Amino acid sequence: MRYTLSDLLRSRWVVIYLSFFLLLTLSLLSLSGDVSQVVISLMNIILILCPLVAVMFGVMFFYNSREFTELLLAQPLRRTDIFFGQYLGLALSLSASLVIGVGLPFLIYGLFASAEVWNFMVLIVIGVALTFIFSGLAFYLALCNDNRIRGFGLAILLWLFFAIIYDGIFLLSLIVLRDYPLEHYAMAMTILNPIDLARILILLKLDISALMGYTGAVFHKFLGSLAGSILAFLALALWVVLPVWRIRWRALRKDF
Amino acid sequence: MIDIQNLHKSYGKLAVLRGIDLNLSQTGQISAILGPNGSGKTTLIKSILGLVIPDQGDIRMDGQTIKGQWAYRHHISYLPQIARFPENLTVTELLAMIKDLRSGPTDDDALIQLFGLGPHLQKRLGDLSGGTKQKVNLVIAFMYDSPVIILDEPTSGLDPVAMIHLRELLQRARQQGKIILLSTHIMSFVDEMADEVVFLLEGAIRFRGTLVQLKTQYQEDNVERAIANILQGESPILA
Repeated sequence: MRYTLSDLLRSRWVVIYLSFFLLLTLSLLSLSGDVSQVVISLMNIILILCPLVAVMFGVMFFYNSREFTELLLAQPLRRTDIFFGQYLGLALSLSASLVIGVGLPFLIYGLFASAEVWNFMVLIVIGVALTFIFSGLAFYLALCNDNRIRGFGLAILLWLFFAIIYDGIFLLSLIVLRDYPLEHYAMAMTILNPIDLARILILLKLDISALMGYTGAVFHKFLGSLAGSILAFLALALWVVLPVWRIRWRALRKDF
Repeated sequence: MIDIQNLHKSYGKLAVLRGIDLNLSQTGQISAILGPNGSGKTTLIKSILGLVIPDQGDIRMDGQTIKGQWAYRHHISYLPQIARFPENLTVTELLAMIKDLRSGPTDDDALIQLFGLGPHLQKRLGDLSGGTKQKVNLVIAFMYDSPVIILDEPTSGLDPVAMIHLRELLQRARQQGKIILLSTHIMSFVDEMADEVVFLLEGAIRFRGTLVQLKTQYQEDNVERAIANILQGESPILA
């Protein structure tokens, strides 16, 4: 894993990713004094961007280092060690970019003293979780598809689905089925999409139920703020664990 | 000692290995694995290394099955057909990384000297020429003192001087009593270096024997022609 990290930290893209967040957060903070506003704006960006970057980067990285992976596989190393090393190296370096890129400006603006720090933490945790989830999914996709173009295409499709199409389908289904009691259905649908889960978590934390719309209200109403958060959090954790488990299963069986 | 029993492997519908039985227990011997493209040579080699997982059959190293194992690779040095290295690392960093991942004493300094890689050590692997990369590949393959050495097309990209050194290294390895598996298309190399030939065709072993036996059985002095005879008739040509 060490080597993946050092290889990646040298990569230009990680640095660009980092600077992007730095600039963004700095400008937002300077424009508005209100931390929760900044957090919300950041949240929207992170919810869309982190999965995208994680997926894209994950797939690219995997395919680029595939040849080296073959070299490693011939060494006395456990397969799971190799792949998890790569996965963790990727997810950690992307997460580090996020944390530093967003954290540093906040630090500079001295916001750690304020009560808002808790919201900020949630934002970071969400961003990191999404990064881990989507890196894992990307990794799995790349492992399953030797054809790079197909793997890449599937990765983009994956992101599109979760970020955009899913919500469209969900809203449509709500409209169509509106005469039926939908609370549990809504909750189930939310759990199935890590991005929505993440959004709910943040909104619950920030306590702006009005903005949450249907799914958020349901979470809030049926579980209360804390319980809702914990459930969402657990679901998110599951989203991290499942792809990783699948990666392991696949890695042990794959031919190289 | 490598013992392969009834090895079967298919990629989808294509059966690449159909029941291979091969026992390599003679130390200090270079066995050349030959066969046309698609005959299963690379799959066989990769199965020994655990890169490919067979559908059926067993491979044992020193009596222990290799299925699901990885530590046995400590005893194997491998030279892949295409040298695949991460582009951003330098030669020195790559060697350091391998030494870090794999324990044991190494002889890389002597090998670096031998192949004249001194001036290239700080260069990025992505910037090296094919021949130089192959030399790095060879350093990695020979720097550990493993009882088994597997080489897939070791001669590709080598200049004549490096070829001489490769021959020296192989001869030294043979004297040291190692088991050496060599896969190549270069028949003259086989003629010079190999002790025995294992000929694969369509996933099965069609011939296994010493060079002398090969030439006698197929009535040719030249390994290339003898192999061609096998391919043409699949039966010995009787005078």
